[in-house]
Amino acid sequence: MGLTLVYGVLGVGDFAHGDKMGWGMFLAFFVVSSEGANLGFAGGQFGSLSFGWGLVVGILVAMLGVAALSLVLERLVFRRLRAAGGTFFVFAIASLGISIGLRAIIQLIWGPSNFRYTPGIHPATEILGGIKVKPDQFFIVGVTILAAVLLYWLLYRTRFGKAMRATADNPGLAEASGIDTGRIRYGTWIVGGMLAALAGVMLGLQAEVRFDAGFRLLLPLFAAVILGGIGNPWGALFGGLLVGIAQEVSTQWINTGLKPGIPFVIVIVVLLLRPRGLFGQAR
Amino acid sequence: MEHLIVTLVTFDGAVNWTVGFLTTVAIFAILALALNVQWSVGILNFGVAAFFMVGAYVSAVLTLPAPEGLEAYVAGWGLPIPVGWIFAAVAGAVLALLLGIPTLRLRDDFLAIATIGVAAILRSIANSVEGLVNRSRGLNGIDGLLQDEVSGGGYRWVELAIALAVLIVVYLLVSRATASPWGRALRAIRDNEDTARASGKNTVRFRMVAFVLGAMLMGLGGAIYAHRSGTISPLTFSDLLGTFFVWTMLIVGGSGNHRGVVLGALVVGFFWFGTPLIQESLPDWLGSRVFQVRQLLIGVLIVVFLLWRPQGLLAERDRVSRFVSEGPDDRSDDDRESILTRARRVMSR
Repeated sequence: MGLTLVYGVLGVGDFAHGDKMGWGMFLAFFVVSSEGANLGFAGGQFGSLSFGWGLVVGILVAMLGVAALSLVLERLVFRRLRAAGGTFFVFAIASLGISIGLRAIIQLIWGPSNFRYTPGIHPATEILGGIKVKPDQFFIVGVTILAAVLLYWLLYRTRFGKAMRATADNPGLAEASGIDTGRIRYGTWIVGGMLAALAGVMLGLQAEVRFDAGFRLLLPLFAAVILGGIGNPWGALFGGLLVGIAQEVSTQWINTGLKPGIPFVIVIVVLLLRPRGLFGQAR
Repeated sequence: MEHLIVTLVTFDGAVNWTVGFLTTVAIFAILALALNVQWSVGILNFGVAAFFMVGAYVSAVLTLPAPEGLEAYVAGWGLPIPVGWIFAAVAGAVLALLLGIPTLRLRDDFLAIATIGVAAILRSIANSVEGLVNRSRGLNGIDGLLQDEVSGGGYRWVELAIALAVLIVVYLLVSRATASPWGRALRAIRDNEDTARASGKNTVRFRMVAFVLGAMLMGLGGAIYAHRSGTISPLTFSDLLGTFFVWTMLIVGGSGNHRGVVLGALVVGFFWFGTPLIQESLPDWLGSRVFQVRQLLIGVLIVVFLLWRPQGLLAERDRVSRFVSEGPDDRSDDDRESILTRARRVMSR
């Protein structure tokens, strides 16, 4: 959702989004891991969940950190490119460069190994009809719903959200009606960055913490965004669900190694049949 | 890496390293020129690695002997190497057609996403489908052109000559193509698609041809790479080396300027392949991380160039053909604006 928001409002396909997720993942890991524990954030577990207060603090740190990172990048790079009249191409290449750089820094600091927030095996409990779910997964779904509700409130119930949607529709007109589009851009980067960080931590919780995990998700992310219609957060949420389910279900019939290809096939099919996405409006 | 340092100390070692380095740079320069053709019409190909890889694999499986033992790959017909090159170029073209048909008519950004995706899926196919291209074991023992005729140490000069000869042919080809009326139409489409369409150019078709031509050259570059290195595996064609590295060469050298792109390949290539040489003399904390630092710097390099020198080391020339009048355009900006407005009006009817 963060990606589609940035895409829609700023007109920038942020190829660094995946690596921002990576940063979120690792910032939280930093807090949870031993370095963080020394600072006094260690501590217990919530019931049957595999983590405690440490991860909650970690999520907050990650969200703030990645939002700040996005702001710095907007300030240092994207604002200047925009002032120089940069086209979409220039933004895309710049964000790809940033993506490579961010990943290199993660590797520099944490090395190429994989980590987990909490070591050990976390058993899944059985719910209805033999479907097994880990307690953590309830948490992830809960957080996603919460984030979606908050985003809805922000976009449709606040002045800021209204201004954001106006900027997405027509930046020139929005500026003419007194909206400070510069501030809106900063705001969008903050929201997009926070969502990226949150998604990164959730990904780390569900799977494992690795330096290129975010980048690997880039294609499924873009698939979800295109499927849902660019700039449409609800479309992206639905698109994300669809892509995820398709990817997992596909392993019934095809080689697991081919799973990463599924989002790609979805993208091509959607582009052929309905290029504006399932819920996109015609331009 | 250690033996590299040792070899460099002697004169022969330095010569050998330089010959090898120049061969690699020539191959990457072919890729960068190919990318430049696509870029000249405003195509954003983030999947150079995919075309590079397809060319390398196609040429390899066609020229390798039939698989034996633990090996498992298709074809293996032991065809002559030039045949492999041709089919590598054809394979690149076919892939470009398959990708271009659904995406080129649509928004510019879709092709970028589709190409970055196809590189990922081709790698995962090569890695996971048994019996196709030996999975992650990769293909080994790929013969070089004229390898049997030239013995021992002299062969690296042959490799260099082959790579340079192909580079020169590709350079002449793309220079002629982009200086031709066809090439000027490409630029017109990139700079203003509406006016190009208004002057009767079928922009989708121009894009498709440029995309396919670039992809063919990338496939050819892949074939040359495969026969030169003798070993390829899915790991060889990472997004970093196969795609982003080539983009950096293009941006640093000067997008749109073929000479600049070759210069960019040399400069960026020297930076990339030269860093391991100084690894030993760096302090430990830096030396052990030199590969990540190099990756970081290349990301920084591209952003810095985009910000402060977007035209690259050698800027694109305004006058591309000797048949176009020299000197500044005598029409004022107002004229141009009104032409544009008129064109838009025509379009919207």
